[in-house]
Amino acid sequence: MKFSKKITLTFFIILFLVLASPIILNITSKSSVFSLQPLSIVLAEEVKQDAAAAPAEETAVKEDKAKPAYPPAPKLKESDYPKVKGFNGRIVIWLAAQLHLWFAAFVLAVPIFVLIIEGIGVATKDERYDKMAYEFIKISLTAYSITAVFGGLLAFSLIVFYPDFLKYMANIFGSTMLAYAFLFFAESASLYIYYYGWNWLKHGFKKWVHLTIGLILNAVGTTLMFLANAWVTFMMSPGGVDAAGVFQGNDWAVIHNFLWNPINLHRFVANVAYGGSVVGAYAAYRFLSAQTRDEKAHYDWMGYTANFIAIAALLPLPFAGYWLTAEIYAYSQQMGITLMGGVFAWLFIIQAVLIGALFLSANYYLWCGMGRSEGAVRYNKYIKYIAFVIIACFLVWFTPHTLVMTQAELKALGGPYHKYLGPLGIMPAKNTAVNIMILFTFLSFLLYRRANKVATVSWAKYGNIAQTAIFAGAIINIVFLGVYYGYFTNTVLKVGSSVPQVASTLSVIIFCIIIDVLMFKGAKDVAPLKWGNVPDRSQYALFLLAVSFTWLMGLMGYIRSGIRQHWHVYAIMRDNSADAFTPTIGYSAQIVSIGVIIFMAIVIFIFWLNQISSKKA
Amino acid sequence: MRTFLKVVGFSFCVILFYALYASYGIPQVKPEAPPVEEKLNLGSMTMDQFIALGDKIFNGKGTCTLCHNPVGGRAPILDSVASMAMEHLKDPRYKGKAKTSEEYIKESMVIPSAFVVAGFGVKGTNDTESPMPNVTTGAIGLNEAEVDAVIAYLQKKAGQEVTVKIPTGAPAGKDEKAAETAPASPAKKPEELVAKLGCGVCHKIAGQPGVLGPDLTKIGAARKEDYIRRAVLDPDADIAKQCPTGPCLPGVMPKDYKDKMTAGEFEMLVKFMANSK
Ligand code: HEC
Ligand code: HEC
Ligand code: HEM
Repeated sequence: MKFSKKITLTFFIILFLVLASPIILNITSKSSVFSLQPLSIVLAEEVKQDAAAAPAEETAVKEDKAKPAYPPAPKLKESDYPKVKGFNGRIVIWLAAQLHLWFAAFVLAVPIFVLIIEGIGVATKDERYDKMAYEFIKISLTAYSITAVFGGLLAFSLIVFYPDFLKYMANIFGSTMLAYAFLFFAESASLYIYYYGWNWLKHGFKKWVHLTIGLILNAVGTTLMFLANAWVTFMMSPGGVDAAGVFQGNDWAVIHNFLWNPINLHRFVANVAYGGSVVGAYAAYRFLSAQTRDEKAHYDWMGYTANFIAIAALLPLPFAGYWLTAEIYAYSQQMGITLMGGVFAWLFIIQAVLIGALFLSANYYLWCGMGRSEGAVRYNKYIKYIAFVIIACFLVWFTPHTLVMTQAELKALGGPYHKYLGPLGIMPAKNTAVNIMILFTFLSFLLYRRANKVATVSWAKYGNIAQTAIFAGAIINIVFLGVYYGYFTNTVLKVGSSVPQVASTLSVIIFCIIIDVLMFKGAKDVAPLKWGNVPDRSQYALFLLAVSFTWLMGLMGYIRSGIRQHWHVYAIMRDNSADAFTPTIGYSAQIVSIGVIIFMAIVIFIFWLNQISSKKA
Repeated sequence: MRTFLKVVGFSFCVILFYALYASYGIPQVKPEAPPVEEKLNLGSMTMDQFIALGDKIFNGKGTCTLCHNPVGGRAPILDSVASMAMEHLKDPRYKGKAKTSEEYIKESMVIPSAFVVAGFGVKGTNDTESPMPNVTTGAIGLNEAEVDAVIAYLQKKAGQEVTVKIPTGAPAGKDEKAAETAPASPAKKPEELVAKLGCGVCHKIAGQPGVLGPDLTKIGAARKEDYIRRAVLDPDADIAKQCPTGPCLPGVMPKDYKDKMTAGEFEMLVKFMANSK
């Protein structure tokens, strides 16, 4: 295990750098001696000194500032942003933050489903699950150190390019940043014990210890993410500060700001889906390069499981997304309209294309997987209809935008923003399409599930009828609601108006699963599943899924950041750098693409490392 | 190795497709640059300039049109708010302190919930809470003079008498430097202005013989004032069909006239053209 030692060593060096970076910041900015005081206090002291050094004019303000010692958000000039020749600060930050986010999402998500798979292994006493869980976590291990590298790079580039902003944030978040550093240690420790202790803690009571460590690992990881989310959401919907940005002293109010929970939820779910898709790509790669039938069967099964995880998390994601958007509107209608009605509205067409690609490739993969089972012939004839419906929904989802809005028509409306408001009017049509798309993806999954089974319960016929009825009822309801809201009401349609549609979709999923589970209890298998018996092209669906997901995340990360427009902290701290403007869509997409390529290159490198290290063993 | 290359190639094509689609499949809109804080020289402003300033704020920095526009249905159209004000003041749901239309508009901008136009309140509050932000704070952050300018603009737009006074010594005018856009001596007559700006190089206008652009001597008969206004500020917004030498081309007329005149001069020029019938 020489190799992993090297990785561990690099990792700790990086860890040290990351943790040291706030201190480096301190030294470079004020050359103060090394100090173990919380960062917030150190920085607050500095500001006091600054205030004292300021000329007479400041005295009046200084007097009431002396007590709480928290400064207002600084008003910066363009010259306050350091320039480094040959580098564009915004692009550096952009890529560093996004790459950090990609790796972090992956690294936090994998332990979540590894723990679940490990649990399934314990419950079913099936060795294969344990083996697969171990392989999953192994992949995420190298990625973990790379996450830290990019975290360090992000901190470093903030110090270099946006020092005043970082100082202001550190002032408010000093204590959470310390907590973050501590949690990072805890995360590393539990991850390493979880991974290296896998074989040692394999049997009997020890296995429970191992599962508990896994649980701790996930609790720590999730808390870690929530803390980082607090910084991001504070920038969008600042809480716990007054209008001038003066921190009121309540840490919880700052963390628990308006958009914190919606982002926590959306990110948590999206991360799991994302982690599943990347692991799926890994399995696909190993499948394609497998030499033996056994190996092929193993990686086929692994790819299937990973894809299953990705889809299961993908289905609720649009709902989490709508909630997030509704909350953005509720926080600030202005920000909401910038998001969905301003220049950013166009990005949601790209988003629709990407999500369409996700759904289509997920479905395609399921359909190809029918080849593993001999009983699937009974259902193959339905696939073309499902494909048709999904494609139709996908088209509804994004065409209306493009039809309404040619450049010339837009110009005719005049004014900088409102010309993009049009698509809001068709929100109900979009909702309808999304819901039906989800339902039919779910249907694909149901068919796949029963492809190899014959129900033996006496009421199987009624079960089928009930499921069909639930499906039909829900679809009628969803279409009716969509048409009614979309074309027969004059109310100002808020994003929240889709709640009954969502409720229909969710109840279909819940009730059908319940019926299905009961109905196929003790069902006969048509023939043993032939793992590995899928065409190579199905594996490309898994790559498409992973690449699209990565790109989508990059895009959404940009949107999240972009809707603040020229603000570091929305409405409180203005971005006065030369790069405060909002770039064009093409430009943003190109930066995102560059990020994705860097990410993919590193991921391929990790896969390769895994392959050679498993060859040695 | 072949698998490796295939997978890399495939992934790369997918990324390329997304990048190309985002760059060419979708119109590239150039977003507005962040608003700049201008130094206003209120002392030497005419009422027309002040109203034009309000127009500019309303459509720009104030981000009012983000919500107040005919397309989205998210906020009432404000074209006649100054005349509607008196009615709203009589409404039993009104809870503010305003007496006049000027005060009402100001109150609407600073304490939006004092009166919520029916149907536009925050969902679930039964029109007691307005979704509109206080425009003197937060991301919009207008100062007092700017608020007054917007009121003047809205009063003018509704065809009402403008009752706002141009504030003097307002915070924005702290340093007495002249506004950058205003030249030393504004033109007094339209002809003088047309000559100064060189419209006659391309247009037949005010006795000048240009033939590159449409004849403007009868423009007032064919076009509304709003159209003319836009045609000068943003020439490519609409392209006239027929020019003396053939179909008109976009991109010929300079786009920077808005920086070359004072607001007052601009108003004068638009009036002049609108009256050329
Ligand atoms: C985030 C959206 C939004 C923005 C931005 C916004 N408004 Fe409003 N405004 C509304 C809504 C919604 C109403 C209707 C509810 C109410 O009466 O408060 C309204 C009402 C008003 C009214 C009262 C209308 C009446 O008939 O009584 C005035 C005046 C007004 N806005 C002016 C402005 C000005 C000036 C700006 C820009 C500086 C602006 N608004 C920016 C949403 C907005
Ligand atoms: C370099 C040549 C050029 C100059 C200088 C120029 N224009 Fe134009 N203008 C054009 C052309 C070409 C068109 C037709 C294309 C279009 O509509 O943009 C046009 C269109 C117009 C229109 C719209 C006419 C219609 O019926 O749609 C107006 C109004 C106008 N110009 C006013 C002015 C004024 C006022 C000035 C001086 C401040 C000016 N132009 C200077 C070339 C010019
Ligand atoms: C199937 C539907 C959806 C998928 C697959 C999806 C996927 C994602 C992913 C992967 C992220 C990045 C998460 C992270 O950074 O950790 C994200 C973030 C985001 N999503 Fe969604 N999303 C969906 C629906 C929506 C909808 C409908 C909206 C709003 C209209 C939305 C708004 C956002 C926003 C604003 C972010 C930025 C949050 C952030 O990065 O911190 N999403 N989404």
